[in-house]
Parts: sequence; C-alpha cells; structure tokens
Amino acid sequence: MRYDVKERVDTLWAAATAGDEHAAADAALATLDAGVPMETLLLDVVAKVQSRVGQEWATNRITVAQEHTATAVNERVLATLARHPSVRRDPEPGRGRVTVACVHGEWHAFPARLLAEVLRLRGWHVDYLGAQVPTPYLVEHLHRTNPDAAALSASLATRLPAAHAAITSCQAAGTPVLAGGAAFGPDGRYARLLGADAWAPDAGAAADLLAGGPLPRRPPPGRGADGPHLAGHEYATLTGSAGDLVRGAVAELTRRVPEAAAAYAEHQLGHPAEDVAYIVGFLGASLYVDDPGLFVSYVGWTAEMLAARGIPARVLLSVLDALAGRLRGLPHALATLAEAQAVLG
Amino acid sequence: MVWEDAPYPMLAINAAGIIEQANEAARLLLAGAAAGVPLARVTPAWLARAHREICAGLGTGQSTGLGTDPRSGLGAGRRAGREQARGPIGTSVFEAHPVHVDGDRVTWWLVDADDYQRAVEALHAERAWTAFMVEASVELLSSLNLERCLEATARLAARRFADAALVVLPLAPRQHAIVYCDPRGEVVRESASIDSRTVSGLTEALQGFPPTPTRWIDPAEAPDWVLRGRRGDVGSVAVTALPGHGLPAGALVLLRRTRQAGFSDDEQVFVPLFTAWAGAAISVARLYAEQGAIAETLMAGLLPPAAPPLEGVELAARYRPAGDSERVGGDFYDVHPVAGSGRESLVVLGDVSGKGLEAAVFTGKIRNILRALVPLADDHHRVLELLNSVLLTDADPTHYVTLVLASIGRRGPQVALRLTSAGHPLPLIVRNDGGVEPVRTTGTLIGLVEPITSATESVLLEPGETCLLYSDGIVEARGGPLGDEFFGEERLCEQLRRCAGMSPEALADRVQMLACQWVGEGEHDDMAVVAITAPREGSPDAAGQGVP
Repeated sequence: MRYDVKERVDTLWAAATAGDEHAAADAALATLDAGVPMETLLLDVVAKVQSRVGQEWATNRITVAQEHTATAVNERVLATLARHPSVRRDPEPGRGRVTVACVHGEWHAFPARLLAEVLRLRGWHVDYLGAQVPTPYLVEHLHRTNPDAAALSASLATRLPAAHAAITSCQAAGTPVLAGGAAFGPDGRYARLLGADAWAPDAGAAADLLAGGPLPRRPPPGRGADGPHLAGHEYATLTGSAGDLVRGAVAELTRRVPEAAAAYAEHQLGHPAEDVAYIVGFLGASLYVDDPGLFVSYVGWTAEMLAARGIPARVLLSVLDALAGRLRGLPHALATLAEAQAVLG
Repeated sequence: MVWEDAPYPMLAINAAGIIEQANEAARLLLAGAAAGVPLARVTPAWLARAHREICAGLGTGQSTGLGTDPRSGLGAGRRAGREQARGPIGTSVFEAHPVHVDGDRVTWWLVDADDYQRAVEALHAERAWTAFMVEASVELLSSLNLERCLEATARLAARRFADAALVVLPLAPRQHAIVYCDPRGEVVRESASIDSRTVSGLTEALQGFPPTPTRWIDPAEAPDWVLRGRRGDVGSVAVTALPGHGLPAGALVLLRRTRQAGFSDDEQVFVPLFTAWAGAAISVARLYAEQGAIAETLMAGLLPPAAPPLEGVELAARYRPAGDSERVGGDFYDVHPVAGSGRESLVVLGDVSGKGLEAAVFTGKIRNILRALVPLADDHHRVLELLNSVLLTDADPTHYVTLVLASIGRRGPQVALRLTSAGHPLPLIVRNDGGVEPVRTTGTLIGLVEPITSATESVLLEPGETCLLYSDGIVEARGGPLGDEFFGEERLCEQLRRCAGMSPEALADRVQMLACQWVGEGEHDDMAVVAITAPREGSPDAAGQGVP
C-alpha cells in the first residue's frame, strides 16, 4: 500500500507541475477508485505533493510560475475531491461547527483548505474563510455563527504578529483557537507563546484533536496580562522604520556587490530589495517572539535557496552587515544578526 | 492585674485545675469563675479536659468532637506550640488558646469562634458571588451570538439560582426560542410555539418594561413545556424578566427542588443584577443578528457574482474590497453568458468614483443598467453611450465610472475578444511565449460629459493565453519593500511575463496576491481582477468544468 501511495504522489506531482489540472483530477479520482480512502488521499497524497512543491522551489528544481501553477492545480484537485459523491454533504448531527481561516496577510491557503476538507469528511460543519482573512471579518463571522473552535493557519513566521492579534481576538469573542501551520514552529512553540488553546502539526492531527472533545477555553481576558510582552520596543522600532532600513541596506548592497541585481533578475528572483524586506520581516518576527533561532533558520533557508541559484553567499552576508550597521540602538536585533552571521560565516 | 480589662475572656489555671485568675470577660462568660474555684466546676468538660492534657504534656488534639472546619482557617492554628481546643460554651462555640504555659500554670484565652466563623462564612459567600458575577460577565460579554447568550443565561441561572432553568425569547408571534438547562448542566435549544398566558406572569415578564417583580408560581399550575417531565421533582417555580437596553430580551424561568418560594437576601441583590446583564447581552446579540441579516439582504445584490461557466472560455475573478471588514466596494465585475446577438458572452469590469458602501450602491445601479443593455452588446459604443446618458441624469453630478467591456466569442480553438475601455486601465494579454501586451483601446470615462468617445479593439487568444482585466487598485497599490512605491503597471507586466500558460485561477490569484503583498499592512483601494483564458487543447470541455 505504501508503495502504491508513493506512486500516486509521483503521478499527481507530474500532473500538477505540468499545470494539467484535468490529468491531476484524473489521477486523484483514479486513486479513490483504487480503493484508497479519501482521507488517506488527502493527507498522504495531495498534501505530500503540496509540500514537495515548496521544497522543489526552494532548491531551484521548479520555477516560481511552476510553483504557483502546481499549487493552483492542487487546490483544484481539493475542490474536485470535495464534490466527489463519496464525500458526505451534510454535517453529522452533534459533530459541531468549526471556522477555518488563514490569518491576515497569509496567502498560503492550501494547508487551511486541506484541514477544512478533512474536517468535512469527519462530519464537521465547516466554514472555510480562505486566505488572508482580516481579523475584524473573522471575529464578525464568529459572532454570527458561534463555532466550537476557530482553526487558524499561518505558514510564514512573518505573520506571527498578525496571528497573535487573530488568536487573542477570537478568544475575546469566546471562541477557543486551534493554531496550525509552519509559522508556529515544528513543535508549535509559537502557538503556545501566542496563547493558542491548542496546536496541531498537521491536518490529520488537528482533526484528531478536535474529535477529542471541546477545546479548553482560556481564562477570561485581563488575567493574561502577565504573559510575555511581545510587541516590545525593538520590534516597534524595527517595523516602524522598515522602509528606510530596506532602502539603506539595498543601497549598500548595490555598492558592495554590484552584480547582485543582475543575478537576481537572471534567476527570476525579482529584485534583491524583496529579499531584504523579507529578511527585515523575519528579524521583526524573531524579535516579536524573542527567539533568535527563528531568524537564524530563515537566514539558513535563504542561503540555501540562493546557493541553489548560484547567487554568491556574500550577497546575504552584505545584507546582514548593512542591517547591523543601521540597528545600533537595538541590542537584541544586533545579537540576533550576529548569531545568523556566525552560522553563515 | 494587667489583663483584667482585656476584651476576651482569660483564665489562669494551675496544674491542679484550680482557677488562679479570671478577668472580667471570663467571669461574665463563666458563672462562678473566680480565683480558687476548680475549673471543672465552671467550664464545660472539653475545656477542663484540654487543660488536663496540656498539663500532662499531651496537647489537646481533636478532643472536642466538633472537628475543625478546613474553610475557616481556624483548626490549624497553633499557640505557644500547642493546638487550641474548641467547643461550646453556652450558645456559642469558643476556641480556647493556651497562650502562656509555664511549669504549673496555663493562661487560657477564649475566643468566640462563632463571630469569626460568621465573618469568614460571609466573606466566602461574598467571594462566591463575586466569582459568579465575574464568570457571568465574561460569558455574557464575550459573545455577540444570540444562541450563545441564551445558553449562557440558562446555564448560569440553573447553576446559581435554581436546579434547572429556561430562557424564553419570543422570535415571532407564537414562536419562541426556548433554551433549557437541566440539573446536570446539559443545555437543549428548541424553537416552539407556546402560549405565554399559560404561565402566570410570563406575558408581563416577556414585555420587559415596565419592570415586573419576580413571580413565584405553583408548580402544579405550570405546563409541561416548563416542567420538562420533572413534575414530581420541582418544588417551586419563579418567572422573571430579562430587561435589556430598553428592549424586551425574553424571560427566565427558574425551577427549584425546594418548595420554599422566594429569594434569599443575597439572591434578592444578585438575581436582578444577573437578569439585567443577561438581558443586555441578549438584546445586543439580537440587534447584532438583526442588523447583520438586514445588511446581508441589502448587500446580496451588491456582492461580486460567482463567475458562471462560459461556453468556450475559462474564466476566473477575484475581488477584494478596501476595508478589512467590508465585503463590497466601488469595484465591480459581471459575467453575462449570452449577450448581443447571442454569439458572444460579455464580461464587464469597472470602478466607480467614491469608496465604501455608497460606492457599492452605485455599482449596483450600474450593474442593473448594464444588465438591461446586454442585448445591445454587439455595439460597445452604443452601450457606453446609453449608460452615459442615464448617469448624466443622475442626481449626483460627481458620480462617474470607468470600465472595460469584453465580448468573448469562439473562433475554432482560438478565443476572439472585442475589448473597449472607457477611461479604465488597459486590459493586458499574456501570450504563451511570455509576451505581455496592453490592448490599446481608448475611451472617455462614463457619467461626466457628453458626447463620449470610444474605440473597440479586437484580440485573438491562442489556447493557453489569457486576457487580464483589472482595476487601478492593483497598480496603485502602495508599499513594496521600501514601503512607499506604487506597484505599477510595469511591475505587473514583469510578473505576468512569468505567468505564461497559467490557468486563469492561478493567474488571478497571483495578481491579487502580489498586489496585496505589495501593500502589506498598509491601506489599499478596492481590487478587482478577471482573467479570461482560451482553453488549452486537450481540455475535455471548453468551459473549464473539466471534472464530472
């Protein structure tokens, strides 16, 4: 069976990266016809293909356009499977209702959508709100529908401050929050830090967790004031001056590594300014959760991504240097940059 | 004697059990207590025994038979290294503290434990009420959901003021929401047709105002929908109003096992407070739901439509209003599967002056006018002229609109487009080879001047190629890595060059995502995107609904 699933992953992968949604849908439906249960198909085939999309892009084995095409095809496969006759239409009475949404600014909708489909399969009444849901809209939805839980997804760690706002808003509206997605860390540490009521590493685990009974609700608001003070001075200073910081760092990068912009263009990476902005964003997130490790691992990932495209390591080092030169008054930010430099150096 | 005037009874007793000294308070408490009198003659046995045990070096232990009350905090006290004794004297319970022990004499200090006990019990009762009211406020204030407020009210009331409770809320004539919490805390909700006159006091309570006092009724007279099959188990029933914000918010019915009708002193304070909070929460939740329903109904016609499948072409549309909590705005699109002489379909994308709800209402008007003009879609200029003349008669001369008309026909494997822009950003064609071309159609915006000019352009899409219609919210998105740049048409084209061959969904998603990411946390205008794609060869059906 395991071998069979692996083969199905390869077939679907080929169709998705070719942008052939009909072949992809056929591959998925054929897998069902072969007797693979729907939930296995979703979690062990479709989800695996999607995580491969991210990995292959990072290592430069597929282009940006292929990445987006494959994701779009994979989402269409999910939509197709959701309409399949074997999927129940009506929620199971007594199962309860769950709102599934990506936090504000989070565009990677696939993990949330996958969870929505798995929960529907298990008989939940699911409201799937999609990507990048503004928190006021999310809260309005909770008041209207009174779900048993809100499942919030965030993939990029730069969305953690937005996730924090969403988690606390949902809780203030009396709805416990299940957090999920790569942003919360492989062990869910940031979900705990931001006060989520529960965390799950993947859609299957999230569905199991919700099946285990109602989520414990947080103590009433006001009692959590002794929690970590996350949006500290350095975070505020950094995000407040991010534009100037990026402009300065890019100018310095252009002086020190003049060929960087051309190398980026050649590899369809856009402009170095975008990467510099991401680096500043992750530095901010790292300060927000007070964990230099978050920044260091992002820099490590970026280094590998750039190396895979033949962009010299000194581009990244120059950026870190340029940022350090502009963050003199922020000791935590400097220490974080130094850790990343040490790892790269 | 230094302690003669001490407010607590004090006795000094020697090892033989003879009183050596007794202060005034002790003499008043223990008739006959005086120097030289044996302790056993004037005090209860428990104190005499405690004295003997101390003198024997045993301590007192739990000798009184009264035990210790763990809540009182008294039982664990230790004085002079020994536990105090405890027992009745007269009508009160006293604690006897051996405050000073030397070789042959013990000084006893007697404290009226009842006074203390009463104060401690009152404090605990107050704390319990405070905790309850805190919990009630958290439960009731956190949600704007009506069902949830009704449930919380029933659950809290059943737990604190009764054994079981019902909340009754009129929804329509003879139509009530009833939420029942049973003695185990299980809540059931139902919608029932009941006659409020069958429960005395309920009709008045449901009116809410003027406020009526709680009415206690005989369970024998209560109908079954109130007693819930617990007829033998219910001793008393109370009906009280839930008055909220000047609006009737239903009634609370309390079911108690006890036959004693009436509230305790504490309940007389806290029941009205609780019902006022619950009523306020329920009425706010109800207003919120009603206004939401009204907004939903009025907005239904303004929401962007789901793109219907079109013959011979694949289509995807995305819409994002400017406001975070808004669902409509000043951009719009529409898809008309059959237009003009019937050989083409028509897609419209536009952007009106103004923002927010007012702009959305104006888009609704324009969409209606255009719907009526769809049969004339063979001639874009005529459609625009008629729209212009209608808008010029509009009461508000500052209202105008820019838009693109796209008529879509099939030419074998190709898709033939006729495009007309009326003052709107130009449509972009994404070719299979990665080329991106603006369609040079020009025209005046609509609704300000007469006459208008317009020029319609024809374009052919090969299979896999896409025509992108978008509003200026995309290119005027402000932000980017430096925070203050426009996204701009040039950057949009550069991105589109990498999108050759993408499905319309992926492409529309990508354009909207890029613009939103560009904006980041900042403010943005309404954004609308429509992607029209010629189906690739090999697609099982040209409408893009390739899955059975």
